[in-house]
Amino acid sequence: MQVTMTVNGQEVTQEIEPRLLLVHFLRENLRLTGTHWGCDTSNCGACTVLMDGEPVKSCTVLAAMAGGHEVRTIEDMEQNGELDPVQVGFMEEHGLQCGFCTPGMIMTARALLDSNPNPSEEEIREAISGQICRCTGYVNIVKSVQWAAQHETVALPVETAS
Amino acid sequence: MQVPAPFEYERATSVDDALARLARLGSDARVIAGGHSLLPMMKLRLATPEHLVDINDLHDELGYVTEENGELRVGALTRHRELLESELLGRLFPIFHDAEKVIADPLVRNRGTIGGGLCQADPSEDLSAVCTAVKAKAVIRGGAGERTVEMDEFHRGPYETAVGDGEMLVEVRLPLREGAGSAYEKVERRAGDWAVGAAGVAVWMDAGTIVDAGVGLSALGAKAMRSPRAEDALRGQRPSEELFAEAGRMAAEDSNPTADQRGSAEYKRHLAAELTTRAVRRAVERALR
Repeated sequence: MQVTMTVNGQEVTQEIEPRLLLVHFLRENLRLTGTHWGCDTSNCGACTVLMDGEPVKSCTVLAAMAGGHEVRTIEDMEQNGELDPVQVGFMEEHGLQCGFCTPGMIMTARALLDSNPNPSEEEIREAISGQICRCTGYVNIVKSVQWAAQHETVALPVETAS
Repeated sequence: MQVPAPFEYERATSVDDALARLARLGSDARVIAGGHSLLPMMKLRLATPEHLVDINDLHDELGYVTEENGELRVGALTRHRELLESELLGRLFPIFHDAEKVIADPLVRNRGTIGGGLCQADPSEDLSAVCTAVKAKAVIRGGAGERTVEMDEFHRGPYETAVGDGEMLVEVRLPLREGAGSAYEKVERRAGDWAVGAAGVAVWMDAGTIVDAGVGLSALGAKAMRSPRAEDALRGQRPSEELFAEAGRMAAEDSNPTADQRGSAEYKRHLAAELTTRAVRRAVERALR
């Protein structure tokens, strides 16, 4: 079957098998490997992407179901050569260790701050409660999101950041 | 990699269109809404439908919480997040908000729907126990028209419901009655997990007496996820700690839990009693508020 969706602002049309999951469509068909493929059982949240602005677990959405919708992945966080404040927050507050959960955490944090610019610690913890950091670095992940909330207007050029 | 068995995918453009497709496809077809129960089962090949009819485009038709004719009407495609955000639902049936806060996690709640949860009919599903407690009615539509069934009839057993081939659940109706109070109590191993055990209770009070009660149990092996004996124990009584404990004992007797990695049968029976007792206490407090 043919599916058409918008991924990171660009319309894509592909011939797919109906059983193809969105996470594999993104990683294998579009080679957007920033979205990680973790537990495969909608438990870990490593595969989290935004669909119409809402975080969803892309291992439990058919690519066919995303047809006609807008999908945003970690690759789209950098805009015009500047990192998203959430990405900068993860650098500043050491929000990642192994980094496997990071893309998903960042997408959820972005959606949270878009709807609630000043979340409490409890609200941040609730927002990421469907995602697992196997390094158990939750304290710094929460701090990273708080940093981003406090610095929403600040953006770093990519070269400075890296 | 977990991949579902091959199937054909089609997308419904209206409820009538979905019903026409389901009628044509027969027993080989399943409706997919949020997909957070069905897709995991398809990945494990526990479910192998040959056709999926995607109803996510029908949100305008099937996603709502409205008050009408002495009932709260909830469209089958209303997502968990929307239930949690509905002030009307939380005010009239706080049991829904108790439950929604502990159903899976916010990401899953962005996709999952009330109709999907009820139709999956997992014996550990939370909203099934909630709907049983508040004496909800399920509106099932098919080519021949609509029929409305009580939750006892809706639940045919684990993963089985009254929804037949060529039919779909379109609405859940919650009767509004005076003096209502309701609450849900769940024990889970970690955030977002299925219940080890859970109890939902609704009471309706008049002049300090419980005139009617509903008790739903999740993951506890109760027939139709309900405890009729706990309901009988509460009906016509004035609230007291002794009464709450008695309702808990009856709920434990009506439950028939099995031991698994979440706990022993004995522990789950203890949960049936304790969680029912707590839920009745809180439901009564809310009814009297």
